[in-house]
Amino acid sequence: MTDTPKIRLRGLTKRFGAKTVLDGVDLDIAAGHGMVILGGSGSGKSVTIKCILGLITPDAGTIEIDGRDILSMPRREREELNDRIGMLFQNGALFDSLPVWENVCFKLLAQKRITRARARDKAAEVLAQVGLAASVGDLSPSELSGGMQKRVGLARAIAAEPEIIFFDEPTTGLDPIMGAVIDGLIVDCVKTLGATAVSITHDMASARRIGDTAAMLHKGRMVWTGSAAELGQTGNAMVDQFARGEREGPIGMELRK
Amino acid sequence: MTLILNVLAAIGRGVLGACRSVGAIALFALDGVSHLLRPPFYPRLFGRAFLEIGFFSLPVVSLTAIFTGMVLALQSYSGFSRFGAESAVANVVVLSITRELGPVLAGLMVAGRIGAAFAAEIGTMRVTDQIDALTTLSTNPMKYLVAPRLLAGTLAMPLLVVVADILGVMGGWLVGTTKLGFGSTTYLASTLNFMQAEDVISGLVKAAVFGFVITLMGCYHGYNSRGGAQGVGGATTAAVVSSSILILALDYVLTEMFFG
Ligand SMILES: Nc1ncnc2c1ncn2[C@@H]1O[C@H](COP(=O)(O)OP(=O)(O)OP(=O)(O)O)[C@@H](O)[C@H]1O
Ligand SMILES: [Mg+2]
Repeated sequence: MTDTPKIRLRGLTKRFGAKTVLDGVDLDIAAGHGMVILGGSGSGKSVTIKCILGLITPDAGTIEIDGRDILSMPRREREELNDRIGMLFQNGALFDSLPVWENVCFKLLAQKRITRARARDKAAEVLAQVGLAASVGDLSPSELSGGMQKRVGLARAIAAEPEIIFFDEPTTGLDPIMGAVIDGLIVDCVKTLGATAVSITHDMASARRIGDTAAMLHKGRMVWTGSAAELGQTGNAMVDQFARGEREGPIGMELRK
Repeated sequence: MTLILNVLAAIGRGVLGACRSVGAIALFALDGVSHLLRPPFYPRLFGRAFLEIGFFSLPVVSLTAIFTGMVLALQSYSGFSRFGAESAVANVVVLSITRELGPVLAGLMVAGRIGAAFAAEIGTMRVTDQIDALTTLSTNPMKYLVAPRLLAGTLAMPLLVVVADILGVMGGWLVGTTKLGFGSTTYLASTLNFMQAEDVISGLVKAAVFGFVITLMGCYHGYNSRGGAQGVGGATTAAVVSSSILILALDYVLTEMFFG
């Protein structure tokens, strides 16, 4: 049982019109692990995550969570599964019609795990974890800076303490110190809550901090999976070039062809 | 020959596209309505939408109704005086307002306000991933965004039209008594004597249908908008145009059903 990965992707394929974005993605994500997905801009990292969340229907392939195929699951069970998953969207995707505190406690309120009266205090607690003052709770999302919105999005994703959390570029747009704080928070989610965290990031220092395992998506396939600590000296030319941010290498040459 | 084929192909594509849209809208409506029968319900969101439609549309709808009643009295007086039927002015006003102009004009005004506002709001939520975010936060977006609005539109429009009916008649009364020389009580008495429950009720049923159609079009086009600010703009236009046309077309169908 312990061998069953939390999330297993096999042959995941997605086309938008004539453009094939995912071309048979295989990936295993172990339970209670931090997984980092790397890849160039537009390589389909966000699409992969949205497929797992059921927001995009893949054209082919299977997605299993806890060993059960979610694509053939009845809607009810699918929704129950989603109750245990959290997501930070790349652009925050905060509800601009609601104040910050209601955004943060949205899932708890939707699942009736908390009363509206308690929600403000709970929101203040979670906001403190992402380094925001309780007074931010009364603002509307449009009154926040980009980095603050990102952190509120993060607070919303973790407030319900989900089993699986997806972070789409959690530290993009944050200052270096705040980035490190957020990385620490993600590690805490894995270590203390036992959550499975799947993060997309372009920041290699952050990737080494939050990832146990890393995988690289290139041309619609996972071209490499390995230990996140080794990023930069993995021996895979493509991954090393990407991790070190070098102009010369197999990726650049392929683009020039 | 190829020209004819091309023309036929274009027509065929258009017809197929139209059928697809009608099907998609029907499924969307069914899904939205089905959520009204299954908990959880969102009374707070229903209340907000109801207020937005029913209360904040009052100024526009009232002004429209008053001026329509006034013009109606003036026009029918000048027309009917040619064959000495001036006394029918009050009857014409109340009949046209309650049966037709109340629901249709209120519908068109609300289509402009609410259809556009809903399409823009839901469309923005779509292109900024907020609708996807709802799904990940244990909330069905159809239930949360669409169902309360559909219900609010269907219930608020008849109330608006009751106001429009009263103010429309008052507009006619205003012109009738101040300009056309009718006695105040005579005018009102002939209005009340002539007015039939059937006229008012048919108008309110129309209003409910229009309210449903307006909110449905606003939600549908917003929900399915694609591609940033331009997509949302397109959705807004589509919502207003389609609901306006549907109001006029359904008005005929409903009139045929009631009085045909
Ligand atoms: N809804 C959509 N319709 C059409 N094409 C899409 C859609 N969503 C994504 N794509 C395309 O899929 C490709 C991958 O997009 P995705 O958002 O997954 O990139 P990404 O790897 O997350 O990039 P980034 O690091 O810049 O966020 C892009 O080329 C994009 O144009
Ligand atoms: Mg992305």
